[in-house]
Amino acid sequence: MSAGLVSDISIFVLAILVGFEVISKVPSTLHTPLMSASNAIHGVVVVGAMITASAAHDTTGYVLTFVAAVFAAMNVVGGYAVTDRMLQMFKKRPAPAARTPEGAPSSDSEQAGARSVAR
Amino acid sequence: MSTINTVVAFIYLVAAIGFVVGLHLMNSPATARKGSPISMWAMVAAVGVTLAKIAYDQTITGIGWAMLAAGVAVGGFAGLRMARRVKMTAIPQLVSLFNAVGGGAAALIAIADFVRLTGSSTSSISTTAIVASAIDVIIGPVTFTGSLIAAGKLQGWITGEPVILPGTRLITGALAIVGLGGASYLFAGNASMPVLMTICGAALVFGVTMVMPIGGADMPVVIALLNSFTGIAVAIAGFVINNAGLIIAGAFVGASGGILTELMAIAMNRSILNILIGGFGTGDAKVAAAVAAGGDIRRLGAEDAAIQMAYASKVIIVPGYGLAAAQAQHEARQLADVLEANGVEVLFAIHPVAGRMPGHMNVLLAEANVPYTALKEMDEANPEFPTADVALVVGANDVTNPAARRPGNPISGMPILDVDKAKSIIVIKRSMGHGYAGIDNELYTDPKTGMFFADAKQGLAEIVAGVKSLVGA
Repeated sequence: MSAGLVSDISIFVLAILVGFEVISKVPSTLHTPLMSASNAIHGVVVVGAMITASAAHDTTGYVLTFVAAVFAAMNVVGGYAVTDRMLQMFKKRPAPAARTPEGAPSSDSEQAGARSVAR
Repeated sequence: MSTINTVVAFIYLVAAIGFVVGLHLMNSPATARKGSPISMWAMVAAVGVTLAKIAYDQTITGIGWAMLAAGVAVGGFAGLRMARRVKMTAIPQLVSLFNAVGGGAAALIAIADFVRLTGSSTSSISTTAIVASAIDVIIGPVTFTGSLIAAGKLQGWITGEPVILPGTRLITGALAIVGLGGASYLFAGNASMPVLMTICGAALVFGVTMVMPIGGADMPVVIALLNSFTGIAVAIAGFVINNAGLIIAGAFVGASGGILTELMAIAMNRSILNILIGGFGTGDAKVAAAVAAGGDIRRLGAEDAAIQMAYASKVIIVPGYGLAAAQAQHEARQLADVLEANGVEVLFAIHPVAGRMPGHMNVLLAEANVPYTALKEMDEANPEFPTADVALVVGANDVTNPAARRPGNPISGMPILDVDKAKSIIVIKRSMGHGYAGIDNELYTDPKTGMFFADAKQGLAEIVAGVKSLVGA
């Protein structure tokens, strides 16, 4: 077994351990965005598609490169875009009455304010 | 190690740190929004440095550049367009689709490497590459077809009912044997392309037969699990092409996705094993559904519902799957607005699994501009019910069934919202149909409960109109 493979396996195992630790007690509110975010991270497979492209020298290689690039790019671009859209929804979370949410129509913040007053 | 390779390795390390920190920040609602950009810039760095490397190495041909650029443009454009256009209610299936293509890409990378190494006479293929490729053409295709089926089920293109054909288990078993047998043949050092393709084909069918028997309500957990698989597939692809960036990020997602799957299953009161094998909500549900709904129910119209709520001092809205499916979140918000303008206190009680997956309902209501302070998680909401004049249940079923407090039925022990403790209850529902657990909801036959049979969106709109005419707004 080569030294390179040994260090690759070490990296693999340690990364798994980090993965187990990094997600702890997540409120269920965040399960959906969190899943989407981790989905976007494995879009790093696009790096693999690029390396495949650099090694392709025949028709089979080119076809596989193209399809892999389509798939991987869809994963990474779409993954981050949809996660971002979801997280935009959390923008107005902290005390809506305290500050005007940026970009929101003024009627919204007025209603939000009225609501917290009624509370 | 040449300078460029050292730089590349260190940038991958920085990117990996970015992924870890980014995902970690998403553990808490307060920091969640900061996490995504960190992770995204880490991705940009990883892609950028790889681009620099392949340009520097100059092994890539002109056609290779063209294929890569065209592929990235097509895939990136499609992904961006879908992500921008998707309705918030359809997010779970879109995530599943992106997951499918990620798994597919990992498999294709492994296949491309295998083809290149077996096809060339000058270089021999290493055992490591064979083993890694074999694993990848098992995991990748399974996640590819499995995620597509899951997305299809959520979108309604494939029936959400568990599909169990006679002999499905046999076929699944046979496919597993083909896959593992083929893999051991390759492991023994035989770099055979036909065998690799056979494994790939078996894995593609296996993904279908694995997910088809699982009910639509369990799909979120299945998607989370397949998401974790894709992470592992990407890590293994990293072994194939000898790339530490892929190994780190893939393994990290594989593990964190696994934890997330378990958390989700717990929130939904299911075990992962039960879901994969198929427990209640699959075979059992059909039997239970055949039993007619017993007990008397009290019907209610939009006007009655409007009157009750307009003159209440506190109303708790309990949104469920039906509200998400009917995309009635905006109507729910309108109702809250018109009631509040009339001095009624309005809260939303969110069950952890309301909507299509844990946390989905919060996203939907946030989209409709319901302020975060009005959304109450189950633990906060339950003490509020006894003081509520009206609890309005919109398209929620099992999560409100008091039967869960008793042992001896499919939902025993499931955490529920104490809707039955409110002074009166209005249920908007299309029919007396059963929820996912396939049992009668005792809440509906409670004397305090009025049933308003309507589509969630239309029913809410009618109630809003009713309240408006009452208060002269």
